[in-house]
Amino acid sequence: MNWTAIAAIYRFEMARFFRTLAQSFLSPVLSTSLYFVVFGTAIGSRIQEVEGVSYGAFIVPGLIMLSVVMLSISNASFGIYFPKFLGTIYELLSAPVNFIEIVIGYVGAAATKALFVGLVILATATFFVDLRIEHPFAMAAFLILSCLSFSLLGFIIGIWASNFEQMSLVPQLIVTPLIFLGGTFYSISMLPPLWQTITLFNPVVYLISGFRWSFYGLSDVPVVFSLLAIIAFTGTCLAVIGWIFKTGWRIRS
Amino acid sequence: MTTILSIRDLRKSYADGFEALKGVSLDIEEGEILALLGPNGAGKTTLITTICGITTPTSGAVTVGGHDIQSDYRAARRMIGLVPQEIALEPFEKVWNTVRLSRGLFGLGKDNARIEDILRKLSLWEKRKNAIKELSGGMKRRVLIAKALAHEPRVLFLDEPTAGVDVELRKDMWEIVAELKRDGVTIILTTHYIEEAEAIADRVGVIDKGELLLVQDKDTLMAQMGKKQIEVMLTEPIARIPDSLAIHNLTLNGAGDSLIYTYDTHADRTGITSLLNDVSQAGLFLRDVQTRQSSLEEIFVNLVSGEAA
Repeated sequence: MNWTAIAAIYRFEMARFFRTLAQSFLSPVLSTSLYFVVFGTAIGSRIQEVEGVSYGAFIVPGLIMLSVVMLSISNASFGIYFPKFLGTIYELLSAPVNFIEIVIGYVGAAATKALFVGLVILATATFFVDLRIEHPFAMAAFLILSCLSFSLLGFIIGIWASNFEQMSLVPQLIVTPLIFLGGTFYSISMLPPLWQTITLFNPVVYLISGFRWSFYGLSDVPVVFSLLAIIAFTGTCLAVIGWIFKTGWRIRS
Repeated sequence: MTTILSIRDLRKSYADGFEALKGVSLDIEEGEILALLGPNGAGKTTLITTICGITTPTSGAVTVGGHDIQSDYRAARRMIGLVPQEIALEPFEKVWNTVRLSRGLFGLGKDNARIEDILRKLSLWEKRKNAIKELSGGMKRRVLIAKALAHEPRVLFLDEPTAGVDVELRKDMWEIVAELKRDGVTIILTTHYIEEAEAIADRVGVIDKGELLLVQDKDTLMAQMGKKQIEVMLTEPIARIPDSLAIHNLTLNGAGDSLIYTYDTHADRTGITSLLNDVSQAGLFLRDVQTRQSSLEEIFVNLVSGEAA
């Protein structure tokens, strides 16, 4: 493994993040505060509690996941698409690095940025609601795995995309609806029975349910299923990336 | 001399059937400067990108310092630096950081002194803290060279380094190349300017339609390329060339009103003065005089037919 190259890619990608640190910090704080104002206060005044947890606190894991998933995808897809767009990818392709090292560098940096924002949102939430984290290790594991797996997905999108419009296609048309319908702002048990069944086909449900369990011990689906779902998702992304690596799809002519 | 780069029957075909390289074989000696001449679309860039790992070859073999570019790609690529034709740089990044990234990508540890040395040589030291977008086109091209040199390559590819740059920068570029040669770096550059090949190369390869037509010592090739023609147009047509002009090896055109004289621009004496004197002495009157140099394409054709003969 060319660890020096991985470190070089990681550092270069993180530099982009540090250049706009204030934006990276302020924007999640602002959007989380808005969610608390709109959902926590307006809706929370009508829904007092969900399964024994105040509504404001109930939506925190979902809010963190919402930002973490979207940021992981956008960071990673942008990270690899930008060199393709600018033409600087020639250097990556002609360097003594293999695709795994490129993936580790880019995905690692994208996941780190998303993780940072996730932690900022978590810290911001403590100003609005009383938080408790019953299973801190599980919480960290879910958070890190989500950052990594969705960064892998973002990387695939970045490789696939041939213009900026395509970059936002998957996040906006697929991921955002799945997150909003995945129990970010409500418990599955609040839905009619038919919708409960349909919702179980949404993979994000497992992610948010497992993450919420690590906070309050509450879950819509058994936590083992959540863990299996995220592992299966990560595995699928890795398999697709492995195939891209083997065939040079959209990278090498 | 040892061979540092060996290319054997390299072919590249695309899905649509287009053959960009049709079996190129070439050996490049350590420390030499090879200029690859060819018109646009000849396959120069494909040849370079294939050696560097950006394009996957359809068949054939390439070794760099004895390392196969596919089975032993890490060792092979460590020896290679590439300066691409297009300016491809991240606009918001600082000069220093982008050069440091290049060094890291090739697996070399931090060496600020080395990067400083490269930046100073390329007159980029003062600009090291500037974002790329603040630099002029010429400076950006220098940054590309700095990036290619950051990992101390033994073989450097310069893909049309002077395409679209002004005369001053072109001269600078030639000086940089000469200095790299002094450091023992093997340089392969592509160009479609004959004068560029003439100014800096040791050997010249001519590539067209994916085929390497020939590789020759520069001086030999330039002697062939240096041929120029002068057309002496007469006021009255003549039936045959006067005997007094026989020494000039002239040819008469079909209409008989034009004498064509071929001379070597590199020769000490071109023979033009004595030709014009002799024409006048022969009692012929001039209507006009025109000189003509073969275009690059004509030279290619001449070279190929010359090889075939």
